[in-house]
Amino acid sequence: MSVDTATVKRVAKLSRIAITDERAESMQSELNTILGFVEQLQEVDVEGVEPMTSVVDMVMRKRRDEISDGNKAEDVTANAPMSEDNFFMVPKVVE
Amino acid sequence: MTDLTKLTIAQLRDGYKAKEFTSVEATQAYVDAIDAHNAAFNAYIAVTPDIALKQAAAADAKIASDNAGKLEGIPVGIKDLYSTRGVHTQACSHILDGFKPRYEATVTQNMFDDGAVMLGKLNMDEFAMGSSNETSYYGAVTNPWKREGERTDNGTALVPGGSSGGSAAAVAAHLCAGATASDTGGSIRQPAAFTGTVGMKPTYGRCSRFGMVAFASSLDQAGPISRDVRDAAIMLGSMASADPRDTTCADLPVPDYEAAIGKSIKGMRVGIPSEYRLDGMPDEIEQLWEQGKAMLRDAGAEIVDISLPHTKYALPAYYIVAPAEASSNLARYDGVKYGLRVDGKNIEEMYENTRAAGFGEEVKRRILIGTYVLSAGFYDAYYTRAQKVRTLIKRDFELCFDAGVDCILTPATPSAAFAIGDKEMAADPVKMYLNDVFTVTVNMAGLPGIAVPAGLDNQGLPLGLQLIGRPFEEETLFQAGSVIEAAAGHFLPEKWW
Amino acid sequence: MTGLVDTRTPNPKNFFPGDDHDWELVIGLEVHAQVTSNAKLFSGASTEFGNEQNANVSLVDAAMPGMLPVINEACVRQAVKTGLGLNAQINNRSVFDRKNYFYPDLPQGYQISQLYHPIVGEGVVTIQVGPDKQGQFESVEIGIERLHLEQDAGKSMHDQHPTMSFVDLNRSGVALMEIVSKPDIRSIDEAKAYITKLRSILRYLGTCDGNMDQGSMRADVNVSVRKPGGEFGTRCEIKNVNSIRFMGQAIDYEARRQIDILEEGGTIDQETRLFDPNKGETRSMRSKEEAHDYRYFPDPDLLPLEFDDAYVDQIRAELPELPDAKRIRFMDEGLSEYDASILVSDKSIADFFEKVVEGRDAKVSANWVINDLLGALNKAGKSLEESPVSATQLGGIINLIKDGTISGKIAKDLFEIVWNEGGDPAKIVDERGMAQVTDTGAIEAAVDEIIAANPDKVQQAIEKPNMIGWFVGQVMKATGGKANPQAVNELLRKKING
Ligand SMILES: [Mg+2]
Ligand SMILES: [Zn+2]
Repeated sequence: MSVDTATVKRVAKLSRIAITDERAESMQSELNTILGFVEQLQEVDVEGVEPMTSVVDMVMRKRRDEISDGNKAEDVTANAPMSEDNFFMVPKVVE
Repeated sequence: MTDLTKLTIAQLRDGYKAKEFTSVEATQAYVDAIDAHNAAFNAYIAVTPDIALKQAAAADAKIASDNAGKLEGIPVGIKDLYSTRGVHTQACSHILDGFKPRYEATVTQNMFDDGAVMLGKLNMDEFAMGSSNETSYYGAVTNPWKREGERTDNGTALVPGGSSGGSAAAVAAHLCAGATASDTGGSIRQPAAFTGTVGMKPTYGRCSRFGMVAFASSLDQAGPISRDVRDAAIMLGSMASADPRDTTCADLPVPDYEAAIGKSIKGMRVGIPSEYRLDGMPDEIEQLWEQGKAMLRDAGAEIVDISLPHTKYALPAYYIVAPAEASSNLARYDGVKYGLRVDGKNIEEMYENTRAAGFGEEVKRRILIGTYVLSAGFYDAYYTRAQKVRTLIKRDFELCFDAGVDCILTPATPSAAFAIGDKEMAADPVKMYLNDVFTVTVNMAGLPGIAVPAGLDNQGLPLGLQLIGRPFEEETLFQAGSVIEAAAGHFLPEKWW
Repeated sequence: MTGLVDTRTPNPKNFFPGDDHDWELVIGLEVHAQVTSNAKLFSGASTEFGNEQNANVSLVDAAMPGMLPVINEACVRQAVKTGLGLNAQINNRSVFDRKNYFYPDLPQGYQISQLYHPIVGEGVVTIQVGPDKQGQFESVEIGIERLHLEQDAGKSMHDQHPTMSFVDLNRSGVALMEIVSKPDIRSIDEAKAYITKLRSILRYLGTCDGNMDQGSMRADVNVSVRKPGGEFGTRCEIKNVNSIRFMGQAIDYEARRQIDILEEGGTIDQETRLFDPNKGETRSMRSKEEAHDYRYFPDPDLLPLEFDDAYVDQIRAELPELPDAKRIRFMDEGLSEYDASILVSDKSIADFFEKVVEGRDAKVSANWVINDLLGALNKAGKSLEESPVSATQLGGIINLIKDGTISGKIAKDLFEIVWNEGGDPAKIVDERGMAQVTDTGAIEAAVDEIIAANPDKVQQAIEKPNMIGWFVGQVMKATGGKANPQAVNELLRKKING
């Protein structure tokens, strides 16, 4: 399988990465090199094989239903590029 | 006084105990060395002498009161991937511009609890995506090793490998006693092999991932890069722990890894997988592998031929699984909560501009590949298939271990270090990816692996051998690794800086 | 997703009239119910409603680099409990997937949800639609497709600033159960009955408080129309409807909109729509639609969620009596289906009733709870929790009727006194001399007086025995309502008819 530039742009859009037409062109060939490389997986017989969901054999640890965190709005927003009154601020979202 | 930066962690520890010198003295020596020489390597991207000297003084007090932890007073460097409270943490990406976490990674917390001294944050490939440390926003790292006859400032600068290139270079250039690193497809072992240092990637789940900036969650694993095998054992003993904050972290006690050093390997069955003999592999790698076999055999190990038939599919499967996970893990860098924000005329443009400016080209490439393979209509053909192949890769190893193999010996890399800005690698991303061809299988199967320096190539550059072990049997690797080390000796770069 | 199966026989009473033929509604609901828990699904931050912005936020909820989710055991238990309450298949192994999309109130850039392997599979909810004019209910089974656990998102506010939105992550990571029905619903009444019943079940189970006004229960409503009994039409999804009334309006508007399009020869675009309660309309949300590719894949930060049968059995053993079982029991105890349905509709009503009926007549207790108490609460706009009359007080009033201390009529006055002033009903009756007169001498005097004053009426009463009622009224008036009506009746009959 390979991608065309329209696909590169669509995927860039899905990834929320701005891309110029020019870069989409060069990216197309880079991605196709990689897709060409992974193409060999098609020759593996995976009939009846379970896809791996976890590489380690263990039972998922669970937390107790206790409030052990929070009340750190200041810490949470400390690194925000833009915030006010411990709110994050973003360009207005129209629904 | 001897140059304290020449000492291993074990030697420092013993010297502290014997009151031959203090941690403050050792730390000051490192601070001075970094000051003098970091510019030659670009290994540190943030230096924290104030923190280091404060920690060292506290460590000296503990040592004086006979209360020393496992890493008491040991000056270490921390890969920029680890969250360190109040200190530069950007995974060497511009998108985390100015980020200073208000929390500490479990691994670094464990080390500080054991008395470690932090010298600063180490350079790395951006988000750990790379095998040459050239994708860092902070620029490439120079390997302390240069080719024979080029060992001057002007000699060809070589890469230290990646993504833990800063860690490997700093350890090799004696700018820290040991360093934290991380390994998703070979990022500890490959740079260790390129710099003549020891790199240990433990079993997936041995170290907590809490506070480690995520690249590919099912593959990422913390580990040390150190001067020798003993130091790696000491460091891992401190880094590893159970952690209630990481569901994928094993609830197992941490063994005394150092006790495995120097233990006899008599009767140990060492597997040699035929599939690791690649077409066009340099003769010296082949020879090195043969020497490794001989070293282990001489020490009493039994060498057996094994087959890991799905080896060849590990790298292509990796280049689906890792980018897929990365594309999702890196979605949080959106200019809202931390790091860089580049404005746009609406929120969508803000996202797109921020991420276009914040991520480097390799990271973008992987995000796009990852997004593509997960997108509607392709998920099963790529991602599900790759995860099935992963099951087969893991099964290959399990069959060998079930047949009585204790560990597996392979080359660590298909070549020695190459030049910064290598044109072929730059032109073809897959060429660069092939650096990890021997190491990536281990991540895909979640196994422990260690790279130990075993010789030099004909240009005088270090080469490493890799040992792969059963899940949570890192001790076997330290045991066998120390045998190779004892037989092969130590390799130090000739000083040109 | 299993293939769509039509389980229903078209019922003309549900049809929308059309130009050439009638139209039948097909509705499926995706209900998001907030799991009742102290902490969030994957972090230790509080789920409490109404706190300061970003106060209920851990570094995990804010998606700080390197933060990892750890699942809250209680939320798993609640989901299993709910599944059992929905008579559904519990899956001993389920997997958390990431649903990837960008939105400022989604800090991770993905929602942790369950797509491929949900914790709960198919189940069924039985709803009672009605009553009709004859007081009859129609029992309808609505299939449950699945229930899965997922994270809630944060909240963006758009009116604090001219050019910026403000983001509060307090809800980010709160556990939700998404309960997906099969497209088995055929009318607005059924949709309302379904969500009411679902809410009731969740409240009985204690797994969701069902407070729609606080957002702890929201519904995505899938609506399509078709020729009665025909092929399923193209559906539109109306997002995040947060009241039962709005849901009715939204479905009605949407059905008419679709019918208009189809009757004009158009086709329906499958899309996501938003209900505007101010205009009573739904409108397209195309903005969200265009990049619709969520790239689901198993969350590599979480292992599969696994538990054994013993775990499920233990939860099953702890299940409370649910509304259906309770309704049947109430009917066995002598209540009408109507009364029983009202009493079980809400757990707090049922609990209240069960306290009142303890040691008392079921029918009388039901009447007092439904007609008097609920009626008064309704009129006062109060909830049962705010009721000024407790179950003990109401029981006390009923006791006083039962033992003949007061008449039913006085009891109404007494109820009003207790409602307004509180207090022990027996004491009030005592203090205010409200006990009925059982002293036959006093009653007889009053009877004699009335008979003597109305000889013509006596004559009429001999001919028409119904007239006796007029005499009873007069005697009661004369005794201030306190005479025992039974005694009055007996005396009158004796004296008039000889
Ligand atoms: Mg929905
Ligand atoms: Zn949902």
